[in-house]
Amino acid sequence: MKKYSNTKATLAIAKASFKSILRSPSAVVFSLLFPLIFIVVFGFIGSGGLTVDLGIGKNNDVNSPIYRALENIKMIHLVEKSEKDMNQDLEKGRLDAILNIQKNPAGMPAYFVNVQYTEASKEKGNVLKSILSNVILTMNSKANPGPPPVAELKESTIKGREYKTIDFILPGQLGFALLSTGVFGTAFVFISLRLTLVIKRFFATPVSKASIVLGEAIARIVFALFTAIFIIMVGHFAFGFTLIHGFTTVLNMLVLSTIGLIVFLGFGLAVSGIAKNESTVPPIANIFTLPQFLLSGTFFSISAFPAWLQPISRALPLTYLNDALRKIAFEGASLWDVNHQILILLLWGVGIYALAVKVFKWE
Amino acid sequence: MNKPLIISVENLIKKYDDFEAVKGISFDVHEGEIFGLLGPNGAGKTTTLEIMETLRDKTSGTVTIGGYNLDKSPDFIKHIIGVQLQAAGYYPNLNLTELIDLFSGLYGIKVNATELLGKVSLIEKAKAKYKELSGGQKQRFSIATTLINQPKIIFLDEPTTGLDPQARRNLWDLILEIRATGTTIVLTTHYMDEAEVLCDRVAFIDNGQIIGVNSPDQFVDNLVASGFERKKEVKKANLEDVFISLTGKDLRED
Repeated sequence: MKKYSNTKATLAIAKASFKSILRSPSAVVFSLLFPLIFIVVFGFIGSGGLTVDLGIGKNNDVNSPIYRALENIKMIHLVEKSEKDMNQDLEKGRLDAILNIQKNPAGMPAYFVNVQYTEASKEKGNVLKSILSNVILTMNSKANPGPPPVAELKESTIKGREYKTIDFILPGQLGFALLSTGVFGTAFVFISLRLTLVIKRFFATPVSKASIVLGEAIARIVFALFTAIFIIMVGHFAFGFTLIHGFTTVLNMLVLSTIGLIVFLGFGLAVSGIAKNESTVPPIANIFTLPQFLLSGTFFSISAFPAWLQPISRALPLTYLNDALRKIAFEGASLWDVNHQILILLLWGVGIYALAVKVFKWE
Repeated sequence: MNKPLIISVENLIKKYDDFEAVKGISFDVHEGEIFGLLGPNGAGKTTTLEIMETLRDKTSGTVTIGGYNLDKSPDFIKHIIGVQLQAAGYYPNLNLTELIDLFSGLYGIKVNATELLGKVSLIEKAKAKYKELSGGQKQRFSIATTLINQPKIIFLDEPTTGLDPQARRNLWDLILEIRATGTTIVLTTHYMDEAEVLCDRVAFIDNGQIIGVNSPDQFVDNLVASGFERKKEVKKANLEDVFISLTGKDLRED
């Protein structure tokens, strides 16, 4: 008898599993479409920036230098409307303030600038307040040459990289895509292979258990890496996602993605062992994934969470994957620089695989 | 009857906790024969079969298959047997050709999928998914997967259960063709007509024990010799013959 090749068997399973993943709509939707939608949405929001809607009455002095200065400020969006509409909008917060500039018939000062803020939009009102005082202060001091009586402001801006919304959102989405591929994909496939006796049929052939698990893992890793490359490319070319060292950065992100996915595969294997049938997979899998989706800095920075929540966030593996991905992509960190994050991921891996070995069922 | 033994089962016992499913079964299968395990549901047929297929541990007893001892070399046995399970599914989202490729990979060999599908008349279904097949086609495909490694023995667990008369006859023809190539076949069935048509010898199993092993002919002769008579006079045809003659032998599959 010819010597039996475990490698061939493993690759045969990997190939079959990979084809199966590509043809299963849920895998493609959760791992590719969802993250992509979030990236596109946040990509566009990010490029918009902060704007202040400022109502302008009919009898404004539009020739005043103040008005013209405001026109040139990108952040201010001037809205012309009737008095009545403006007052209503202001109350509801659709306008952030109403502006009225009048020439002073008595001479000095040349203009009166009346601003009406609203409680409905306090923050943007404050932003407008500082813009206005800045504009007026500059004009006043130009009109009164000579040294300023109290203090002179000296400003400078150093050159830096612009931290765009996409730079925050993309690593989070990538991390989440890896989490769903690892947990949901793996849990569903193993439970369905078990229940439909596919695995039992495999056992009538010389294939080893290790080949089955390894083959499935390889298929998922390859799929996840394709997903990662696709997400990174869309983010980079369509929304200017920062890749500091270009190709090297992508490579580092892929290595990190693989480590993360291997850990999440362990979650999936454990879930498939705990779940009794296919319909109990989603609730059990969500116990693992939902807290990470919300608390691991996928959408919001962890520092925005209340203090009591932060320790929980800092216990989750996705937090460290997201963090490391951001550091590598935006700060240009090397894999060695994020060894702390990798170490915690690996600790999770050891724990979760210990659980998976305990609960995993073949039949 | 002087053909060499290819399977020998001696005093096989299988216990599940307190329940004894198989209580000391012994039988032999000769090379090239079709051997039937007959008996009611829960008699221990499938358990016995799955122990021989290396899929289930036994409690005690000796099983030798193709010269290999089941305890010592289950992996060698896997290489020389083909297995069709009752109600087993196949890897999701793959078509028949891809499934055959997958199985050949599991055996570490190369197989011409078209040729194999041709043997079970499924060439035109090569790109279809398993779940899109009719009942008869599913069983034919399952049997095709048992032939991938050119096994010496194939095990079929209730291959015709749930099929219509045409599909059953079609499957009988296939099983006889496979035997004609020299393959030994062990099958279980609930249908006595099937056992009569296919099996060279049958073993009746009830309650985890073998009640008798013999050829179907000999069993019937013995019963008649004991003075048994059917209540109704036997006609030269039965209702199934009527069904086949009215609806034809052709398969009713798309």
